[in-house]
Amino acid sequence: MRSSRTTALAMAGVLSLGLLAACSSNDDSSDSPSGSSGDKVTIKVAGLLPTADDAAKQQLADRVASFEEKYPEITVEPEDYDWKASTFTAQLAGGTLPNVFEIPLTDGKTLIENNQLADIDSYVKALPYGDQFNEKLIANGTGDDGKIYAVPAKSIYAVALHYNRNLFEQAGLDPDQPPTTWEEVRDDAKTIHDKTGVAGYAMMALDNAGGWQLAAGANSRGGVIETFDGENYTATLDDQAVKEHLQWLHDLKWEDGSLLDRTDLGWGDINTEFAAGNLAMYTSGSDVYNSLVEANGVTADWGYGLTAIPTSGDGGALTGGTMAAVTKDSTEAQKDAAVKWIDWWYLSKLQDQDQAIADAKTRAEADPAQAVGTPVLPIFSKENYEQSQEWIKDYINVPLDAMKGYTDVMFTQDLVPEASASVQDLYAQLFPVVQAVISDKDADIDQLLQDANTAGQSAIDSAK
Amino acid sequence: MTTDDVVLVDRSREGGPGTSSRVPPRGTPATWARRGGLTALVFGLPILVIFGIFSWWPIVSAVVMSFQKTNLTDAPIWVGWDNFAAIFADPLLPKVIRNTAWFALLALVFGYPVPLVGAVLMSELRRRKGLYSVLAYLPVVVPPVVAVLLWKFFYDPRPQGVFNTILGWVGLGPYSWLNDQAMAMPSLVLEATWAAAGGTVIIYLAALITVPPELYDAAEVDGASVWRKVWHVTMPHLRGVLLITLILQIIGTAQVFLEPFLFTNGGPNHATLTVMLWVYQLAFTSIGNHFGEATALSLLLALFLAVMSLAYFHLTRSWSDS
Repeated sequence: MRSSRTTALAMAGVLSLGLLAACSSNDDSSDSPSGSSGDKVTIKVAGLLPTADDAAKQQLADRVASFEEKYPEITVEPEDYDWKASTFTAQLAGGTLPNVFEIPLTDGKTLIENNQLADIDSYVKALPYGDQFNEKLIANGTGDDGKIYAVPAKSIYAVALHYNRNLFEQAGLDPDQPPTTWEEVRDDAKTIHDKTGVAGYAMMALDNAGGWQLAAGANSRGGVIETFDGENYTATLDDQAVKEHLQWLHDLKWEDGSLLDRTDLGWGDINTEFAAGNLAMYTSGSDVYNSLVEANGVTADWGYGLTAIPTSGDGGALTGGTMAAVTKDSTEAQKDAAVKWIDWWYLSKLQDQDQAIADAKTRAEADPAQAVGTPVLPIFSKENYEQSQEWIKDYINVPLDAMKGYTDVMFTQDLVPEASASVQDLYAQLFPVVQAVISDKDADIDQLLQDANTAGQSAIDSAK
Repeated sequence: MTTDDVVLVDRSREGGPGTSSRVPPRGTPATWARRGGLTALVFGLPILVIFGIFSWWPIVSAVVMSFQKTNLTDAPIWVGWDNFAAIFADPLLPKVIRNTAWFALLALVFGYPVPLVGAVLMSELRRRKGLYSVLAYLPVVVPPVVAVLLWKFFYDPRPQGVFNTILGWVGLGPYSWLNDQAMAMPSLVLEATWAAAGGTVIIYLAALITVPPELYDAAEVDGASVWRKVWHVTMPHLRGVLLITLILQIIGTAQVFLEPFLFTNGGPNHATLTVMLWVYQLAFTSIGNHFGEATALSLLLALFLAVMSLAYFHLTRSWSDS
């Protein structure tokens, strides 16, 4: 009797200790192959969008296999990845980001200041092209200490106008003559809506993406959402150009009825609606075609059209892009492997002919084929970009003829960089204003922008 | 040896002037251990550890964090009451409180009587009671995210959307639903009521079974109508359950997160931004890291709910006393 009681007591004690042990902090080195078997190292890397199709997944798997063949000591585990303002910080704080992850170009500085990115300086500089990055771009991933924490990767884009050529034709418009001013966009949107019943234009309005696209509209009209006098940043969310663009959206919605009645479209949602034929025109990064193919089933003969964002006055196209960074808690071996992967997956195809061809070949030969040759801005230099396009010309499968409106001006159009300080906070103040204009005919644009500007300035001030 | 024997032995060892052998002794750690306290503690330890780590520790951490500025990477900085001051100074606070109260009120107006009426009607049924119970409970079984996505599809603002098509048959609409600042919140409540009513119906049905049938018979003999039977026999018997579901509903709606998060993420123009969703957005949607302000706001909400619960206990006690 006593022995069974003692046993039960001991078991309860052991259970408690076990629970304590289970709840204690997890040691990365003990559960990863890198810690247990010498030189072996495993890294998790940002992979494709969660909605990516099987062909895109196969193409990534092929690239992973060839990487692991070249670096047998490294194991690469890709994870689905879709940067969203609403989940990124949670992942960052919770330590659940993959070792290699992607961030918007403009967030680099803040994350570096917050001490949230790993120092990968020595590994990046050891790359054969480590000192050849476009200086303005690499500056976004460089800390005040001069060290590199993130590198431009994937693509650098200018915001452009995407349109559905079939809807243009159905409405009796010439898809080879896309609109070049906002007034023409409005006219075409109304014509398309009146003739086909499909919304002529749509605007991202969900979360920071809505603010981002409003800023792009304002930039194209010669305005900015933030100024810098060499010392202080000032929010200018109530800039005249911001008002003009909002008024333009208001008129599309409430006078013409040609704006898609949705305040809940984010970056991915608007792509889905576009691919489903529910809207004729919208603005987004010039590289969106890649994602439309990868996740939304768009093909070269779908009827996709790309042209430059309409500009007026001193207006230009808002630029942006993606950087690859490494998690702070990565070991030195993981950082080394991570930069090797960044080189392999994102950059070497721009520098090395064999890599360029290998990448383009696997993308083009996937079933269905993935986009090869989507026009983007150069990460290194214009010459380097043109050279890399030349290497893969046999594999280019994007409808370049339908993209001439953009490609004809991509190197000559004025480019506007994103705001530098607290840009996501500024976008967060702007998107509710976009939603207000779409959902309320009597929205007081001046008052809304004034309130947003006050809150935006306070965000800039508190980030100091 | 019995427990009493142990008590006697212990007291004699203490050599005190024991007034009576039946009076429980003052416990020393040794006595406590010998009387089984240690065993109880060891057996209780697993649950204490689990509760401590997963319930109490996060609460303590949240209280501490509400006085700090932290990005969860660098060492946190102590900022005193700054986070609370920032919350009270934020122009969104009144709007967020209004929104949450509006949701709670709408949920109460629609979500409270609907299950009650449903349960009373179902209890009156002679046949297929089980079938209707299953039908009423079915929405609860549907995973919430799936349910919201389904309803989002129904709320398609285009004329060919499901609800707009149905309303179009009687010449109404099309409506913008979630894309209209005035309609967004009622649209959320409609789905939330649909999703939660089943659970409450089951609770009411269970309570209705406890009403003695002879009371209905007596009422019937006295010539009471169905309405009078419900009002004078059923309702008094449901009072306890009604009070409990009322307070649970208020606590639940004050913490509403899922519907505004999945349907609108607080939009359009903050029309559906509730307290809990704002907590989430403060903490996780800005790389400016407002974890301190988020926890401060959470604590304020917890405080409000604690006051509500105390008021509830006080009220129910005085009601049951009367």
